[in-house]
Amino acid sequence: MKQDIILAGVGGQGILSIAYVIDNAALADGLAFKQAEVHGMAQRGGAVQSHMRLSDGTIWSDLIPKGEADMILSVEPLEALRYFDHLRPDGIVITSSTPFRNIPDYPDVDKVLEALRLAPRSIVVDSEKLAKEAGTVKAQNIVLLGAASSFLILKQESLLKTIDGLFRGRGLPVLEANLKAFELGKKAALGS
Amino acid sequence: MPREILLGDEAVALGAVHAGLSAAYSYPGTPASEILEYLLRLAAETKAFPAVWSVNEKVAYEEALGASFAGKRALVSFKHVGLNVAADPFMNSAITGANGGLLVVSADDPGMHSSQNEQDSRFYVQFARIFGYEPSDHQEAYDMTREAFDLSERLGLPVLMRLVTRLSHSRSAVETREPRPQNELKKGAGKDWILLPVNARRRFAELLDRQGEMVRLSDESRFNILKLNDQDRSVGVIASGIAYNYFREAVAGDAAPPSFLKTSTYPLPEGLIRKLVGHVDTVLVLEDGYPFIERQIQGLFGIPGKTVQGKTSGALPASGELTPDIVRRALGRAPLPSLQASGLPLAGRPPQLCVGCPHSDTFKALNKALEGRTGSNVFSDIGCYTLGALPPHNAIHTCVCMGASIGMARGASDVGLHPAVSVIGDSTFAHSGITPLLSAATANTDMTVIILDNATTAMTGGQPSYGSGERLLRLVESLGVLKDHIRTIEPLPKNHDKNVQVIKDEIGYPGLSVVVAVRECVQEQRKKRS
Repeated sequence: MKQDIILAGVGGQGILSIAYVIDNAALADGLAFKQAEVHGMAQRGGAVQSHMRLSDGTIWSDLIPKGEADMILSVEPLEALRYFDHLRPDGIVITSSTPFRNIPDYPDVDKVLEALRLAPRSIVVDSEKLAKEAGTVKAQNIVLLGAASSFLILKQESLLKTIDGLFRGRGLPVLEANLKAFELGKKAALGS
Repeated sequence: MPREILLGDEAVALGAVHAGLSAAYSYPGTPASEILEYLLRLAAETKAFPAVWSVNEKVAYEEALGASFAGKRALVSFKHVGLNVAADPFMNSAITGANGGLLVVSADDPGMHSSQNEQDSRFYVQFARIFGYEPSDHQEAYDMTREAFDLSERLGLPVLMRLVTRLSHSRSAVETREPRPQNELKKGAGKDWILLPVNARRRFAELLDRQGEMVRLSDESRFNILKLNDQDRSVGVIASGIAYNYFREAVAGDAAPPSFLKTSTYPLPEGLIRKLVGHVDTVLVLEDGYPFIERQIQGLFGIPGKTVQGKTSGALPASGELTPDIVRRALGRAPLPSLQASGLPLAGRPPQLCVGCPHSDTFKALNKALEGRTGSNVFSDIGCYTLGALPPHNAIHTCVCMGASIGMARGASDVGLHPAVSVIGDSTFAHSGITPLLSAATANTDMTVIILDNATTAMTGGQPSYGSGERLLRLVESLGVLKDHIRTIEPLPKNHDKNVQVIKDEIGYPGLSVVVAVRECVQEQRKKRS
């Protein structure tokens, strides 16, 4: 049993928090994991990605080979497209539909969403709307994690426990908003 | 045994603490910063050892060497180019030797994710003729660090650990072991540490005498693995560090993988290499960075009857970071089927200055002040403000190494370039800008230095700065810059016209001026608010 996930987004969108939750859930579930991430210059508003590998066996490479990713999980639609060549032909794309426009030549977002549908299975959620509904627009990353949660080889309770640990220190309203963001994302993905 | 989730950098840091670390020094730089960040957090909790952001890598090295001479275990860490800054004490510490265990961690950046070059620290191991480790995963990073301190004391020499970005910034679970206590203070052999020629000659001869022992240690290291395939003797693989993972990934489905040697220690395990080379016709060398192993094996004339392949032969790209896909191809395996891209052109998303960054306002003012002056050169430096080279600012013309902007502006001014402008951040100024400014102030060179004081080392995540605020202004004055030509501006849109005028005035002054642009980094402001 293994699962290779490309986490994608723009520096500052909270990719590393998604990775943190998955890492800790994997540890709790007794799985091996390796998770390569980007620090430094690229974090300043550039494209960032994290290679997240889960397995009940040995994981060799820290990077996911092209054609080996089972899932692209992206907080931004254009960034989801960037890693298509890593996805298996039967892979799944789970992405936000909310564009992050910090470049002058951002393509037509309808064309981006159309291209995303070329994946054999794609789930597109309006993370901005759902995060606002949950109580904070900052929780878009957790909306996406919720959307992916039903497709991960991790126990729900392990994910929720880590989210609890991550946000409890920032006050109950922040924690509750993130837990709600997770649930809204999960529901949206299952309903799509 | 407890399992902890750690970055590769953090596995080294925790390994050092569990090896009885007494002091750690570093200067921030991607991908090495997280080593000291982690040690700072542990030090704050335990108060068991000092963990210090030094003013630069040379100073960090000397601080660590002093702790080692006092008999304690010390760690010094930096990015690969930081070892250039620390090269003087590093090279000489191989001659003096170490007393308490001394581990030098140099994190290379193949592919230049956040660097100016992709130099390979293994050459420094060979240059200094010391022992080096290259872990392939997190567990090894932890285990090797613990062993490295023991070995450093056994050999009486500093030991270097080479990391690469991909391991430094990858997370995994590490099994930890019972910590070892710290060393007692121990006065060492004073004469060995006085590198007068008479002592240095003796010490160097002693260092050369140890080379055979180091090769033997390398051959016997538990981190090196030789597996021979007796059925197929056509190709064998030598893989070091992270490249070993890509090799194992590519052959994971093989019933009988090709013969291979995993190498993790330097000097190279010559006996193991001879065994592998003797067993096969073609040797493929997989290593991230320069063709360090490949060239040593190949030499000038090659090995009769054998073919050596790698980055020099063209089997792998000579530059850039290795990936599992590149290694797969070099092994002659077809790429895995993957999803076809949509054909939609994907706009690139390069890094950029944050919205509201003070540097943006300074660059706008500088560009305006220089409008119409086609002959000017803006010499810049290493930091977030290097992004001023990109649109929309296009404001700077150089980025070479820490502190270079000031010396370069002086050189350009000396030969007649006007205006010669230098742009440097406060932390970079403290690191390597003070001495060139002293030199320019003594000569009263006709140039304008703009110090961007955002009160932090921003690019690497907000480490403290030594040369900020009032301290920076006093420092600049003490170097001999005339008080009338030390000007302070606040880079904000509302001050634009005023700031343009200040920069124009100082460029017009035929001598040395320093303009300090003072406004806190927006990321640091945000951290304080949350």
